[in-house]
Order: sequence, then C-alpha cells, then structure tokens
Amino acid sequence: MTPLVAVEDLHVTFPTPTGEIRAVRGIDLTVARGECVAVVGESGSGKSVTARTLVGLAGPGAHVRAARLDLAGQDVRGHRPRDWRRIRGRLAGLVLQDALVSLDPLRTVGAEIGEVLTTHDIVGRRERAGRTAHLLDQVHVPEPERRARQYPHQLSGGLRQRALIASAIAAEPPLLIADEPTTALDVTVQAQILELLAERRAAGLGLLLISHDLAVVGQIADRILVMRDGEIVEQGPAERLLRAPTHPYTRQLLDAVPSASSRGRRLSAAARTGPGAAPARVALPVRPPVRAGDTVLAAAGLTKRYGEHTVVRDVSFTVARGETLGLVGESGSGKSTVARIVAGLLEPDAGDVTFEGTRWSAVAERHRRPLRRRLQVISQDPVSSFDPRYTVGGVIAENLDPGLTRGERAEHVVELLRRVGLGPQLRDRHPRSLSGGQRQRVAIARAIAPRPSLVVCDEPVSALDVSVQAQVLDLLAELRAADGTALLFISHDLGVVHHLADRVLVMRDGAVVEQGPVGDVFTLPRHDYTRSLLDALPSLVTAGRP
Amino acid sequence: MTVTLTGTTVPVDGEARSPIVRPRGRLRPGPLTAGAYLILLIVAVVRPGLLAPGDPLAADPLAVLSPPGAAHWFGTDHLGRDVWTRVVHGAGHSLTIGLAATAIAVTAGVLLGLLAGLAHRIADEALSRSFDALSAFPMLLLALLFIAVAGPGTTSLIIAIGIATLPHHARVVRAQTLLVRRAEFVEQAVTFGLSRTRLVTRHVLPNVLGPIPVLAVIGLGEAVLAASGLSFLGMGPQPPSPEWGAMLSEGRNYLQVGWWISILPGAAITLTVVALTVLGRHWQARFDGRQPR
Repeated sequence: MTPLVAVEDLHVTFPTPTGEIRAVRGIDLTVARGECVAVVGESGSGKSVTARTLVGLAGPGAHVRAARLDLAGQDVRGHRPRDWRRIRGRLAGLVLQDALVSLDPLRTVGAEIGEVLTTHDIVGRRERAGRTAHLLDQVHVPEPERRARQYPHQLSGGLRQRALIASAIAAEPPLLIADEPTTALDVTVQAQILELLAERRAAGLGLLLISHDLAVVGQIADRILVMRDGEIVEQGPAERLLRAPTHPYTRQLLDAVPSASSRGRRLSAAARTGPGAAPARVALPVRPPVRAGDTVLAAAGLTKRYGEHTVVRDVSFTVARGETLGLVGESGSGKSTVARIVAGLLEPDAGDVTFEGTRWSAVAERHRRPLRRRLQVISQDPVSSFDPRYTVGGVIAENLDPGLTRGERAEHVVELLRRVGLGPQLRDRHPRSLSGGQRQRVAIARAIAPRPSLVVCDEPVSALDVSVQAQVLDLLAELRAADGTALLFISHDLGVVHHLADRVLVMRDGAVVEQGPVGDVFTLPRHDYTRSLLDALPSLVTAGRP
Repeated sequence: MTVTLTGTTVPVDGEARSPIVRPRGRLRPGPLTAGAYLILLIVAVVRPGLLAPGDPLAADPLAVLSPPGAAHWFGTDHLGRDVWTRVVHGAGHSLTIGLAATAIAVTAGVLLGLLAGLAHRIADEALSRSFDALSAFPMLLLALLFIAVAGPGTTSLIIAIGIATLPHHARVVRAQTLLVRRAEFVEQAVTFGLSRTRLVTRHVLPNVLGPIPVLAVIGLGEAVLAASGLSFLGMGPQPPSPEWGAMLSEGRNYLQVGWWISILPGAAITLTVVALTVLGRHWQARFDGRQPR
C-alpha cells in the first residue's frame, strides 16, 4: 500500500537579505495509514516548517526542493496554490497549536466546520447542520447542536481544540497533521485531546504529530523523529527511542525533562566530555538544610473576589527559610492571584500575609517598602517586566542597593551576570535582542541582586524550550543552594514542581485541595483532583508502552 | 483641509520594537522632499535675507500688480510689493505663531494628561470631561471665541490656538499614562521598593513622553493651518505684516486682475502643512515599529 506521506531529501530554504536560512536540510519522512509519526525538536529545529510544507504552507518566499514529495501517492512538487487548496482538507487536515487564532472569531464553530463540508462538496446544504453536529460528536464535544451555534471565544481551550480537529477531519482526509496540538492546554485537557487523536488513528487516520515535548508524543506515537537544525538526528520506534536513545542530543533532551526521577541532579548537560560522548548526569550542589521552624512567609485565609466570582478561597500556607514550595494548578485555579497577593501587588479581600514577621497585606505601601527588596518576583515573560528603554545592565542595576557608587554598581552587575552564566559583554545589550533563556537569566540576576530571602517565581520556565528550561531550572537550583533563598514556585507543570520543590500545594478553583511534602503528594495523592492531574501527566516512564 | 491625528502608543511589551521589526531609517522620496522643504523654511525664518534680500514692506508704485517676470519672479501685489519677498519674510510670522501655539498645547496637554492619568478617579473624571468639552467645539470656533474676548493680535492668536489644540495632546498623554502605569515593568519596579515619585519619574514619564515629539510635529502643521485661517479672517497680525493668511486675504480682492498674489502664500501654507504631516507620520511609523509608507 502506498504510504500517505512519502518524502525524500526535503530541503526548505528562506532567502533573507543577509543570506538564506536553511530551515530543513534533507530529511526523509513516511507516514502510513493508521500510523502516528511524531517529529520532535526545539524552536528553530525546522519541525513546523516540515509540517507546513506538506500542506503547501511553507511560507512566503520559501524554496522547497525534494527528491520525492508524495501525498497519498500523488506527486505534489510544483503544485500551485490552487492545487494545494484541493489537497488541504481533502487529503490532509491541519491542526495548529492555538485554536483561538486558528478559528475565525466572527463565525460560529458550526459555520467554520460547515465551510469545509461545502468547499469539498461533502454534503448538500440541507444535511450540513446534521453533519456538523455529527462531527462535533465524533470529537466528543458535549451538546454538539448547541456548541455549533457558538463562537470560538465562548468555548474553553479544550473544546476549541476539539472543534478545530472536527474541522480538520470534516472532509475525511486520510492524513491529519497536528502542530503542537496540546501545547496551550492544561494537562488534563491535553490527555483528553491525545486520547482523541489516538482514537482517530485507530479509525485508520495517518497522524503526523509535531511537538517539542517528548513525553507527550511518547503517549501516542508509533515512531519518533528527532530534529535539530533542520536535520533528523535520530529516529526509531517510540519505545526504543525513549528507552535507549543512541544520539547524544536525544539523550540530552530526555535528561532535560524534569520529573520525580530527576530530583537532585542537573537537567542540562553540564559538560560535554567530547563529541558523541554521552552527557554525564551531574548532581546538583547540596543545599543548606531547610529551617522548618523559621518561617519566612505565612499566608492565612487568603480570599480574593472579583464581583460575584471568588478566584481565591481561604488559602493558607507557610514557607520556611530556604524552602521551596511548589504551587500547582491548572489555568484559572487562582495560583497567579496568590502570587500577586504574596508579592504585595494585590490586596486580599480577607486573610493576611506575614513576611519576615512583618505584616505584609492590608498595610500602606510605605510600610512594605523597607522589606520590598527581601521579596523578589520572577515572571513568565521577562521582557514585559523590563522597562523597554533599559539595557541589560540598567535592568539589573536598578535593583541594586541605591547607596552604591557608579563603579560598584558596574562591578555588581558583571558579577551577577557571571552568576547567572552570562558574559559581561551583554551589559549594554537590549533585553529584546537576547534569546528567551538569556532574558530569563537577566530576570533571575535582577531578582537575586538584593539577596532576597524569598523569590516568587510565577511560571518562570513555561515559555522556554525543554533544554533551555533545564538550564534555567539548574540555575535556580544552584542559586538556591548558594544563597539559601526560599522559593515560591508556581507552575502548571507537575514535573517541574516535582523536580524542584520540597513541599507542594495543589490548587483548584481558587482553593487548596491538597498540600504536603512533594514525595507524599505526588506518590500517594489523597485528593481525587491531584490523582487526575497525575494520571493525565504524560511521563517518559509510561511513554511508549501500549 | 483638516489634519486628522491618531494617537501614537509606545509598545509597552517591547517586543514590537525589537531590532528585527524596527525598520531601518531608509531615505524615502516623500519624507526626504518634506525635509528639504522644511530646511528651506527654517532658512526663511532664521535668515530671510538669504533667500529674499529685499524689504517686504517696500512698495513700488511703478510696479503695481505686475505679473510674474524677470524683475519679480512671483509678481507684485496691489501696492507693488514683491510677493516672493513677502512670503519668505512671512514664514517667520506664520511659523512662530504655529510653534508657540504648539509649545503651549503640548506643555499644558502633557501636564494635564499626566495629571489625569495618574490622579485618582474623581480628578481624572473631572479633567477628562473638560477635555471632552473642549474637544466638542470645532477648533477654529474655540479659537475665535477666545479672540473675540481677548481681541485680535499675534499673542492672542497664539494662546487661542494653543488652547484649542490642547485637548488632543492631553487625551493622548492620559491614555498613554494609563497604559504605562499598568504595564508589568512598572508593577515589577514596585517590588524593588521604589517610591511613587521615583516610579513615575523613572519608568512612567519617560515611556509616556516617547511619542510626544512626533505628535508635536504633526500638531505643528495643524497649528500653522489654524494660524493662517484666523489671520485670513483678520484675527492675527495686522497689515502690513507679511503673514501668509493675511496675504491670502489681501490678494482675494485682486484675484481677477492679479491671481499671482494669492498663489504663493497659499502654496506656502499648503506645502508647510503637508511637509510637516508627511514627516510627522514617517517618524510616527518608525516609532511604532511599522514600515513607513
């Protein structure tokens, strides 16, 4: 039987004024019916370009060259936009990461799906509504008739993604290409979408899955291709590749995934012992013991309401000196609101916060000011937390002791840059010109500048690639060991929290449903919600197993 | 002709101003021509003698209403005064009025806008509603109202146009202030323990004031146009001052016998407004990180 996708020696280049960018450099790829092939790689690896090339959407100015480029036995090389339009939807459905931007905000979900049906003459006008409802039902959207009449913004992220999949499979294409289909979703929703994709595969669909997350693709893929810099560095059956990777880069990627088993060791390859050599697993530096009796921060009965809506409900916890407290929960659980209250940027409606034995909430800002420098914040998006006019040096220097001289400041900035693994030459650069990982390092340097006793980290690594995330997590672990800083670490990623935290707080709908030492909570969860979170968590240990 | 203005906002997230997106300052024919014209205009303001050595007030009874020719490139008016010399020397009047009026509008607008943006809700409401009230009057009507009370003349013309164009600047600054003060980097600076004054002077003010010079350039065109219009109505510098609007008005009576008297001052007004707008829009686009058109 002819494979759905047969690609040999595919090259995609983008000409730019400064020379051409070779996004894809000679890759081979096949996808058979009923097979799920995953392409895994980090940003800039060329994985998305590969997927888009298969539906003729490589981008403006892209040069596509291949020895073979067949879709369902049909040579698509030299296809013009008109030819591609016949293929898209009919031969290959495309599902993108963010359904909110992929769906037209001015049209109902039903109209969006119905359009695919009419474009490809699947059904007549009269059967359209019924067919749309049937498709939504197929992707397990509850109340399909009602949902079909709604607009994308009225649906939750998971339902939107389902609707997008419904529109992608509407014309019954034999191939479905999914580019990071679950990246924007909560872990429990992600598990449901993966299940849905697996269901479509079982129904005979060929599936090409693009992802940065090895654990996610491990749940569903039959074969995995690892891409780096436009080339495939390793490929093989999912189970073999995840269990016994041969290429050092694959191993590095696998080692970078934070989880229960990665506790106490570095995630990033510390030192390469030579080309091709396996990156060594290195232990993290030993931390000063947590002084359990010595409380840095205490929150009692925190409650925050917006109108009728209670976003935080009676949340209490303490953070001991040098301790790392993880705060996990899905979007809308209220964890970021707790972070803002703790940071003294938002007043709770009830309850109070005590920081370093001083009243921290419901006081005038001038009472907080003397202690401000002892409590620092690192946010998810460092760039928007930097004044757009400031250089890296300016950003960091601002949080230094105001009493320092100009020369002392410069010295401190260089020293702080060194501590976060950045060179002094970055001092005069603009944060905007740095990579995501470098920006987060600058934010960390700024946060540790006044030697705080507590740093509130609100999703500090969720916008980063897995290997960059590994470096930043290692950096946080090192700094925590060196300075004895306590961390309030907020994340939706249970693996990250399990890797880093001593104790964990699980939040749902504004309330804490469970808390305790991270080992206890994550191995013996008592609350159903914690259990469902853990069950939904794709892990490398269970990956590849049927 | 009206010059409509849109508010320029600083991209607070910073991404939009990344060096990749931000276009490099390539010389385009439009802004380039506008710039060249404005340089000529500045010369006319600073050293009018360089362009037109004659006396703008010198009447030549033998050359009354002579058409453009070798002796008088752009002809003479009903008193035999050289039109070119008068237009060159008039640039000082027209532009000074425009500049002074814009200075008043921008200074007062920025101060009031900042106050509204930073103040508590009641003060903000009061200020914003008064901006609305001022904007509800057509600009020229408001200026005329002021002159009707204060009497015609250069000084009252300046103040009148300043007040009339003030609400626009104030509104832009208020909107920008609200945007910046809620930006994440300002919130982050709170966690450094900065005082309110330092927060405002170090983070809010500089980011609010960024687009102001650009808006001022576009506003200047508007002010020059308004000044000419009011002078045309006799509300500005009194004859025989060579002010463009007043010259237009004088030439109006001789259009049938000496069309050239009005052509040059009219063209000067139009070109000045267009040049300022083109240049202002070009800078605005660059400031916003857009590709200038």
